[in-house]
Amino acid sequence: MVRVEFLGPIQKEALELDINNLSELATILQEDTEMTEWLKNCAVAINDTLVSSLEAPLKDGDKISLLPPVCGG
Amino acid sequence: MLTIYEGALDVPKILTEWYEAEATSNYGAYIPFVGTVRSENGIDGLSFDIYEPILESWFKAWQEKAKAKGAIIKMAHSRGDVLLHQSSYIASVFSPKRRVALEFIDEFVEDFKASAPIWKYDLKDAQRIYASDRSTAIKGSGILSGAK
Repeated sequence: MVRVEFLGPIQKEALELDINNLSELATILQEDTEMTEWLKNCAVAINDTLVSSLEAPLKDGDKISLLPPVCGG
Repeated sequence: MLTIYEGALDVPKILTEWYEAEATSNYGAYIPFVGTVRSENGIDGLSFDIYEPILESWFKAWQEKAKAKGAIIKMAHSRGDVLLHQSSYIASVFSPKRRVALEFIDEFVEDFKASAPIWKYDLKDAQRIYASDRSTAIKGSGILSGAK
């Protein structure tokens, strides 16, 4: 199982999913109409490291974070 | 040095602490940037969410860049609500000579705006409204949107 957390303004409870890679996560989240707009501009981190590819493998206990557009300061 | 405060920053106290900590470190330049909440668009203030694990690794990478130039960097940011004319953000660079610090603070603050995992909300009419129009997608965003 991996845990998927939605950060900042995304009003969505964390998910616990049995998936092996980010492509599977993409497929699941694309079916959630509330997430459609967020997916276009969210960055993704695995265990607090940003990733740029869906190929990154996932293992049991991993934490995935979705980071929507930022504006500090 | 990265410090997160609950609510507004005490600007004189933080700038003084940073100054005193480095007063005899032989830096020739101390350049602070202080961000203040302005009255505009009828807001009562701003509010911030922060994701600290990635903020810390982002800041650590900038500390390494500063070190390579013989400089150091310090940053303070608010979490939660900050009202009009209060400060939510201070960044400072100390360096042996002014040119490094002047250029570094510019690069650092620009990347902070584009990359630091902090989310801003307008406080208006007793609501907390995500400032989506002023926010920037982190580099590499969108990978989950088109993989079907």
